[in-house]
Amino acid sequence: MTPTLKISQLTKRFGEVEALQAVSLSLEAGKRAALLGHNGAGKSTLMKIVLGLIPFDGGEVSVCGTTPGSPAARSQVAYLPENAAFHPALTGEEQLRHYLALRGENPKLAMDLLARVGLEKAARRRIGTYSKGMRQRVGLAQTLIGHPRLLVLDEPTSGLDPVSRRDFYNLLDGLSAEGTAILLSSHVLTEVEARTDTILILSGGKLVAEGTLSALRAQAALPVNMLVRPADGHAKSLASALPEAVSGNDGLLRLTCTQAEKLPLLARISALGAGVADLDVIPPSLEDIYSHFSRRDGQ
Amino acid sequence: MNRILATAASEFRIAFRNRWVTIATAMMVLFALVLAAAGSAPTGDVGVDRLSVTIASLTSLAVYLVPLLALLMSFDAVAGEVERGTLPLLLTYPVSRLQVLLGKLIAHSAILALAVTLGYGAAALVAVWSDPKAVQGLGSLWRLIWTSVLLGATFLCAGYTLSALARRPSGAAGLAIALWLVAVVLYDLALLALIVSDGGGDLTTQALPIALLANPADAFRVFNLAAAQAVAIAGGIGGAADAIPLWQSATSLALWPLVALALAVAAFRKVTP
Repeated sequence: MTPTLKISQLTKRFGEVEALQAVSLSLEAGKRAALLGHNGAGKSTLMKIVLGLIPFDGGEVSVCGTTPGSPAARSQVAYLPENAAFHPALTGEEQLRHYLALRGENPKLAMDLLARVGLEKAARRRIGTYSKGMRQRVGLAQTLIGHPRLLVLDEPTSGLDPVSRRDFYNLLDGLSAEGTAILLSSHVLTEVEARTDTILILSGGKLVAEGTLSALRAQAALPVNMLVRPADGHAKSLASALPEAVSGNDGLLRLTCTQAEKLPLLARISALGAGVADLDVIPPSLEDIYSHFSRRDGQ
Repeated sequence: MNRILATAASEFRIAFRNRWVTIATAMMVLFALVLAAAGSAPTGDVGVDRLSVTIASLTSLAVYLVPLLALLMSFDAVAGEVERGTLPLLLTYPVSRLQVLLGKLIAHSAILALAVTLGYGAAALVAVWSDPKAVQGLGSLWRLIWTSVLLGATFLCAGYTLSALARRPSGAAGLAIALWLVAVVLYDLALLALIVSDGGGDLTTQALPIALLANPADAFRVFNLAAAQAVAIAGGIGGAADAIPLWQSATSLALWPLVALALAVAAFRKVTP
C-alpha cells in the first residue's frame, strides 16, 4: 500500500537560509505523526510544502499519490493553520457552509460539524465574538469536512483548555481509525505523547530523530534521577552510605544513574531499611528527551 | 461554478455586514438626487427631455463615483485576507485563485449594480415626475446602468490587483487612491492640457481618440454621451465624444474588465501565503 504522504530528500532554502535539509519521511493511512521542533525549526515550512502553498527546491513530495497543491491533492487534504483565523463578520455556521460548498459538500452539514466540536450553541454568533479556543474549534470543524485522507494540523492544541484538548485527541482517534493519516506539529511534547504513532523531531531544518516515544527514550539513554528522603536522625548515616548522592537544602539526597544502573542502585537503597523514609524515581521527562535531540547539533 | 457562487454569497454577506451595501447605495442615491435637482436649470432651451439632461449629469458623476466606490470595496480583497491570516487556509481548498476572485467580483459588482440602479432610478423618478416626456430617456438610463457596472468591474479588478501587489491593506488603500486620482482626475487634466497646447492640430485629432479609448473612465463617458446624443450639453473632454464611433468605446468598455481581471489573477498568483 502506498503511503498517504511520502517525502524524500526534501530541501527548501529561503535565500541563504536552509529551512529544510534532506528531510525524508513517510506516513501511512491511519497513522498519526507528531512533528516537533523549536520555533523556526522548519515545521510550518514543511507543512506548507505538503499543502502546496509554497514551492520547494529539491527532493520529492507525494501527497495521496499526486503533486502537493494539485486539485486532486487539495480535495483530499485538510489543514488547520496555527491560530486559525476567519472573517469576523461571518457566523460560525455561515463560515462552515462556505467551506462545505468549496469542497462540493452539502452546506446543510454545517450544524452537524459544529456540534461535533461542541460549538452548536455559538453557531449563529459572529466569529468576531469568539474566544481563541472557539476559533480553533471552528478550524477543527472545517478539517472534518468530507473525510480527508490527510490531515495537516499546525499547533492544533494551542489555545485549547485541557478538557478540550482531550476531546480533540478523541476526535483524531476516530479519524485515524477511519484511515485518515494525520501530521500534526507542536512544540510541547507532553501534549502529543501517547496520542501519536511516530514522533519526528526537527532541528535547524534537519530531521534529527524519528520513532515511537519509547524508541526515542531508549535511544536518548538519558540518566534517571532519584530522590531519597532520610528518616529522622538518619541523614548523616544515609549520606555516608550513598557517597555519590548530592545533598540539597531541603534535606533530600539526589542521585543520578544510567538506565542500566537503576535496579542495582534501587537494591542498595532498599537495603538501607529504616534509614530511608521515602524514595522517588524520576525518569527522564518528555521535555528532557526532546531537548536532548533538538540540541544535538549544538543549538 | 458552485464554488464561485458560494464565494460570492459569503462576500456579499460580509459586504452587507460591513455596511458597504448601505454606504454605496446611500452615496449614489444622494448624489443622484442632488444632480437631478440641480439639473433642472439647463432644460427648456436645449430642447431635450429632462431625463436626458439628468443622464448627462449622472454620467459625469458616475465617472468619479463608480471607480471610487469600486476601489474602496476591492482594495482589501486580497491584502485583508493576508492580514487576517485567512488566506493560507482558503488556498488549501480545492478552489482556484481565479474562482476566488470571480466570486468576489460577482458579489462586489452586484452591490455596485444595486447602488447605481437605485441611485440613477431615484434621479430618473424625479425627472419623470416633473416632466412626463422624460420617459423617452429610459433607454439612456438603462445604458448608463450597465456601462456603470462594466466600469465598476474594471476598477474592482484593478483594486484586486493593487491589493495583491501591496499585500497590506494600508498599502493597498494608498495605491487605490493614487490609481483613482491618476485614472479619473489627472488623466483628463493631462488630455485637456494636450488639446490646449496643440490647438487642434494632428495630435488632437489622431492621439486624443486613442487616449480616450485607452482609459476605461473616458471610454465610459464618451460612450454614454455619444449614445445619448447629449454631447452638446456635456462639454469638456466629453466634447470629443462625437469623433469616436460608438462601437469603439463600447469595445473598450467591454474589454477593460477582462484585461483588469487577467492582471488581478496574475498578481494574485504571485502572492505566497
